[in-house]
Amino acid sequence: MTTTTTFGVRVEGLHKSFGQNEVLKGIDLKIEPGEVVCIIGPSGSGKSTLLRSMNLLEVPTSGSIYIGDREITAGGADINELRSHVGMVFQSFNLFPHMTVERNITVSLERVKGLSSAKAKDVAAARLSEVGLSSKASSRPFNLSGGQQQRVAIARALAMEPGIMLFDEVTSALDPELVKGVLNIMIDLAKRGMTMVVVTHEMGFARQVADRVVFMDRGVIVEQGPPDELFISPRSERLRSFLSEVL
Amino acid sequence: MNDFINMFFNIELITKVLPDLVGVGLMNTLILAVSATAIALAFGIVIAMALISRHRWLNWPARIYVDLLRGLPVILTIFLIGQGLPYMGVQPFGPSAYPYGIISLGLIGAAYMAEIFRSGIQSIHHGQLEAARALGMPYTTSMAMIVVPQGIRNVFPALTNQFIGIVKDTSLVYVLGLAVGERELYRIGQDMSQRVGNLSPLVAAGIVYLIITVPLTYYVNWLDNRLRTGRVPVIVEEPATKAIASEGAKA
Repeated sequence: MTTTTTFGVRVEGLHKSFGQNEVLKGIDLKIEPGEVVCIIGPSGSGKSTLLRSMNLLEVPTSGSIYIGDREITAGGADINELRSHVGMVFQSFNLFPHMTVERNITVSLERVKGLSSAKAKDVAAARLSEVGLSSKASSRPFNLSGGQQQRVAIARALAMEPGIMLFDEVTSALDPELVKGVLNIMIDLAKRGMTMVVVTHEMGFARQVADRVVFMDRGVIVEQGPPDELFISPRSERLRSFLSEVL
Repeated sequence: MNDFINMFFNIELITKVLPDLVGVGLMNTLILAVSATAIALAFGIVIAMALISRHRWLNWPARIYVDLLRGLPVILTIFLIGQGLPYMGVQPFGPSAYPYGIISLGLIGAAYMAEIFRSGIQSIHHGQLEAARALGMPYTTSMAMIVVPQGIRNVFPALTNQFIGIVKDTSLVYVLGLAVGERELYRIGQDMSQRVGNLSPLVAAGIVYLIITVPLTYYVNWLDNRLRTGRVPVIVEEPATKAIASEGAKA
């Protein structure tokens, strides 16, 4: 098994428009390897678009993004190779419903990393046990609760041994009582030194786990800093009013 | 009343045509239908991929193909393709009309199947493609492994309906002229009906068609129903928090 390297991210002058609508209006952001950064902000602030740009699910209109020391926005960048090192977890889980839980994990190991079927199954078993779902290997996603599905989705992303993990409002679609199981996995992951970029509405999580919190509004980064600083003494009026609404 | 029964349900004539119907006609109808369906499925999925492509040089020809072949009467297309290809000297299967009938029906079927595939593929939530791409799978792999299999499952009833249509359309292949051993159900019924001046052989052929198509129709309805109501998920939520904490400690 290869040793996992953790990557940092550097975003420079990032702009993204959908038609006439400019969603990102010049983002500069540097994330260190092993850092946990939570991005918060009202809906429509561009935080998901920023996150999705980091593995090119959204192609920037202008600006550059570096994962580690590689510029992913450069012309000849191998997007597929790059993405195999960048794990992503979605709000709507996006497990493959026509496959078993185990197959959800092994399919990319075989197709992208070229692992043998037996090896891929070993990796899947190990990752499923980490998220406490070993017993569900042969289940179909629709037989799992939302919380379980999201844990499988995390296991699936981790199985690729990414150097950075992107989380896009991963608990927003979950019933409150299922949120904790997912967050605990993320906390554990953060402790193990994974670089994590987390778009979230979970202020408690951001406060507890983030090394840095980034507040976005209307396509720009308004304010960023350590969670204690940001949550206790916000400098901008926009962050103050946002916090008064969500806390 | 007796005239009616004699004209349509003359047992003697029906018994007489039955061996040919079943031995020759049914077999040929099924060979024509199944081969044409195979072509339609294979070519249809390719056209469907072109239809959803963002490249106009893939998209436009596919669109034109589908519009043309769905817009033309089947019999006209069969003539154009089935006679046109051999006349042009394109005779990879020799002079027999039979293979050209299969190709014609296959190409027509492909236009319908392409639209069915397209709607099936587009009914799959884009998050599925995104998840596959985010794992590093190339577009074609993602489509082949993740999106298309789900899309096909959703439109399986419609595809089966299309097969039923192709079974019926095989009756038009006779216009290309078939050898005695190549005749399908309709041609055999029609031949004898004309010879004896009685429609009972044709009725017999009709009954054989119905034996194929009606059960399939009910099968489609059943499938459709099952897809719509879906299987009821059984969810057993276990206390996740503790399991994670202990697993996490081990890791």
